[in-house]
Amino acid sequence: MRRLTLLAATTGLIVLGVLWVMTIPDRTSADELSGFTGDAGRGETVFWAGGCASCHAAPDADGDARLVLTGGQRFPSDFGTFVAPNISPDPVAGIGSWTVADFATALRHGVSPDGTYYYPAFPYTAYALTETQDLVDLWAFWQTLPATPVASLPHDVAFPFNIRRTVGVWNLLFLPQDFNVSGPLEPEVARGRYLAEALAHCGECHTPRNALGALDRGAWLGGAPNPTGDGTIPGLTSAQLNWSAGEISAYLADGFTPEFDSAGGHMVSVIRNLAHLDDDDRMAIAAYLKALP
Amino acid sequence: MPSVKTLAFATTLFTIGTGAVALAQSDYSAFINARQGHMQIMSFNSGILGNMVRGNTEYDAVAAQTAADNLAALATVDGRPYWAPGSDSAAVEGTRALPAIWENPAEFGADWGAYAQAVTAVQAAAGTGLDDLRVALGPLGSACGACHDDFRQPR
Repeated sequence: MRRLTLLAATTGLIVLGVLWVMTIPDRTSADELSGFTGDAGRGETVFWAGGCASCHAAPDADGDARLVLTGGQRFPSDFGTFVAPNISPDPVAGIGSWTVADFATALRHGVSPDGTYYYPAFPYTAYALTETQDLVDLWAFWQTLPATPVASLPHDVAFPFNIRRTVGVWNLLFLPQDFNVSGPLEPEVARGRYLAEALAHCGECHTPRNALGALDRGAWLGGAPNPTGDGTIPGLTSAQLNWSAGEISAYLADGFTPEFDSAGGHMVSVIRNLAHLDDDDRMAIAAYLKALP
Repeated sequence: MPSVKTLAFATTLFTIGTGAVALAQSDYSAFINARQGHMQIMSFNSGILGNMVRGNTEYDAVAAQTAADNLAALATVDGRPYWAPGSDSAAVEGTRALPAIWENPAEFGADWGAYAQAVTAVQAAAGTGLDDLRVALGPLGSACGACHDDFRQPR
């Protein structure tokens, strides 16, 4: 009996040790980014496509106020309430003291400069697919944004999810290695896939989640309950969305459905971002959606 | 074993109970129809302008002005009689009007005010040319969205 206990304890320790090693946070090194030069103008497109302002601008911010990434919006979930932090270029309250490698590490790996895992309420699970040049351009644009000294508020998350290392295990299980839609794609559809899956992270709301809060990739963009508890987020597959590509593209610019009802909920904020893109990019997103099974 | 009398009594109570619930559910249907009608007339007239801006229909200054005038008139309709307390999406079926409308009337009123402001600009621009109309219609869409963001339940 004593032997058995010892064996169980040893096995347990080994498993924990292996998990500990497997969840050592990843980093993007400065070397990986040498040779890239950021272009703030191109970075602005990445900024609007990525929807940073939707979550990190102050609640209900409009117009130029959406460039002030002061944080404070609250995101309820089954695991607790997440509060968007200040990610403005303020060196103390925001991320102004970061290097471009810190920035890339956050977006690609969901890891902070001091090696702490972020919660996947921050969609690094999508941003991980961002092209390196776009990351560097985005960081260049970041330097043009206003700094704000408002302190970030803590998340309200219960045990065991308040142990950040558990997110490392979650990442092992759920961090995607590639795009969800695969196969040879027309250039326009491929651009749309990049915009929709990586930058605009449409799947975060339009794809249902499993019990651990990970996207059910088998039901990609198939619609999901609204995380705020009110109603549902519609599905976007061909069987569910019968708008033409032109109608989808126009909706993403002016917020009107083909029947001239208006967008509602969090989609209003998404459209405020996507309205800044070129028509070609909105058409690419539409082409991608029309190409969904 | 309950007596026939008790059973009948219970059944009656149940029937009255269900009836009361059904009444509470349907009580506000006229209110809900009225405000949805208000929204549909807004949507119809926005569609006339939106289809011109999107290039689906040809720009027509007179038709555009008429639609814009209608939208402006709709901003002046005082809808309070049919935005009745107790007729929100949590209390009754058939509506997506969130309880937040009644919990936060000042903000709801401010969003209506923003619609009125946007529609005044549309009214000024509608008859003067497609480019002017396009510029004015953007803020109108934002005004619709801003209110639906906070006060309408997603489907």
